[in-house]
Amino acid sequence: MHEEYTKSEFAAQTALTDKKNLGIIYVLCVCLSMSNTISKHAIKIENLTKRFEKVTAVDDLSLEIGWGELFGLLGPNGAGKTTVINILSTLLEPTNGVAAVADHDVVFGADEVRKIIGVCPQEPAFYQHLTGRENIELMGDLHEVPKDVLKDRVETMLKKIGLEDDADRRAGQYSGGMIRRVSTLMALISDPKVALLDEPTVAMDPVSRRAVWDFIRELKSNGKSIILTTHYMEEAEELCDRVGIIDQGKLIALGSPKELMEEHHAEDLEEVFIKLTGKKLREGF
Amino acid sequence: MALRRTLALVKKNMKMFTRQPAVLFLLLLFPIIVTATFGLAFGGMGQGGVTNFDIGLLNLDAVSTDPQWTNSFEGNLTELEGITVTYFDDNASGQSELLQGNMDAFIVIPEGFGDSCTSYWNSPFDGSSWINTTVELYVDSGSMIASSAIPPLIQQVVLKTMFGNDATTLDLPVDIGSPTLVEASYFTQWDFMAPGIFAFASIFMIMIVAQSLTEERDGGLLKRLGTTPLKSHEFMLSQVISYMLIAVVQVFLVFAASFLIGYRPATDAAGLGFAFAILLAFSLVNVGFGLIAATISKSAEIASGLSFIFIMPQMFFGTFMPLGGLTETISRFMPSNYVTEAITTLFLRGAPVTTLSIWSNLGIVLVSGLVLLLIGVVLFRRYSTR
Repeated sequence: MHEEYTKSEFAAQTALTDKKNLGIIYVLCVCLSMSNTISKHAIKIENLTKRFEKVTAVDDLSLEIGWGELFGLLGPNGAGKTTVINILSTLLEPTNGVAAVADHDVVFGADEVRKIIGVCPQEPAFYQHLTGRENIELMGDLHEVPKDVLKDRVETMLKKIGLEDDADRRAGQYSGGMIRRVSTLMALISDPKVALLDEPTVAMDPVSRRAVWDFIRELKSNGKSIILTTHYMEEAEELCDRVGIIDQGKLIALGSPKELMEEHHAEDLEEVFIKLTGKKLREGF
Repeated sequence: MALRRTLALVKKNMKMFTRQPAVLFLLLLFPIIVTATFGLAFGGMGQGGVTNFDIGLLNLDAVSTDPQWTNSFEGNLTELEGITVTYFDDNASGQSELLQGNMDAFIVIPEGFGDSCTSYWNSPFDGSSWINTTVELYVDSGSMIASSAIPPLIQQVVLKTMFGNDATTLDLPVDIGSPTLVEASYFTQWDFMAPGIFAFASIFMIMIVAQSLTEERDGGLLKRLGTTPLKSHEFMLSQVISYMLIAVVQVFLVFAASFLIGYRPATDAAGLGFAFAILLAFSLVNVGFGLIAATISKSAEIASGLSFIFIMPQMFFGTFMPLGGLTETISRFMPSNYVTEAITTLFLRGAPVTTLSIWSNLGIVLVSGLVLLLIGVVLFRRYSTR
């Protein structure tokens, strides 16, 4: 069912094609035993549906996101973006369909999924009485990032995102933009293979937003897969390799920003959305 | 299980506790204040010294032909340690002083008291020839100590007046053994209350557990933690460890405060160790109740109020409040009562740590704690984290 090569399949295939090179096969097997499987997709969603009583938040959504891809999930408030993120984060179970991160089912392999994801929730969740640095370090500890690595990484990340001077102040005293930046670092301190960023730049000042954009770009350049939900079309156009537009839980368009604009003869993604749905993307808020 | 994750959360909790003045007050300062104020108010000063009683005396037998008996009564009364006698000329003013709480007791020596005593000694074996009189004793009903301690003291004075100093050394075929285990008559009211205060001090932990968990839940932090490799049992263990650490500090502070105001429990190091152990077990009960309160609360504010559903019964039926009848029956369902009972046995009755009853008390508290914790964890996971 899954488009994957299991360890045994891959080893057998390699052995058949190159029986003589046993050394390479051995090395490959060792590498495979460490990762167990090689998944083709970072994220795979098939016929995903989520209902809350009578409300269908996500309706038969299918999606594949590759490794190293920065995927933008666009849609107005209530479109189902956060529900998708919550399902991929293992916080919600689907009503129907399946979702997998690195081939780990989000329901049955939730523990494995949590080891490889970094989640930045829409509403920044942080401990007000801890400092920014302590909040970030706590998440690193929960992911068991080696102590020395964690220390260096926190320093580096704080500098990159422009928080090094305020890192030792209590987070409760931060401005909204600073809190969002801390929240982003909390999600990414574990160096996750898959980052799920739910509107990380909403209500941010332009300087903070630019800093987060640079940060996200760097993540992508390091081969991370990223799902980014956003209201901001310029953000999607600037950052995303591909975008999926969802409305009322349904995926109504999928492709690169350029492809979608060409296909719909639009000047920007906002116009694409208007042409597809007949309404403005930011009507809902 | 990853110990690092659990310890990271414990560290986080400790920082959160120490950085919030309100929490710090409720967890640490409040127990000290309760101990100090109760201890001072109920006689903790002076290592269980003798309690002073103010007693009013009205002698209506002043014109007796044989005044030696009333003189002897007065002398014996004033000789008693810790008794201050005030003389009155009429009954009304004495009763008024007693009613206003200015005295602990008021004694009226009746007219004919001397004649009554003389009549006894004239014919000690002929009761029909005695002149009977009654010494009236009025005790402050608002004072538990006065009500229980003064009547036997006056009885002693009467006996001494009638029979002299030999009254207490008369040879009788039946002896009342000297109470070596229970010496309650030498204790102040604080000594009776102190064991309950130890349990009382940690009961308010329920509120802090409920508040902090609802705050974490409402702030989206539990959800955020749910996206990390943290297991729910690691989270719960971190909560238990954190609050047990707080309980250790609380118990230490309450002990220290008690000691400073003169409280000396009738136990040794093993007894103190046992008290620590049972109070730690009691912290499991409090975390369990806190989790249940958090589950049924929609916000931190509501959690504070709802916590009292669990705090009040434990406080009134299981700490320092006197029990009897129905309340005694209810107290059997209160874990705090078993904590108080065990500490009373050790600290007040002076029983050794090998006493079976205190171990059964510990067992009951421990099992209650584990069961409540389990119920709390299951309910909280089921209804509060999604």
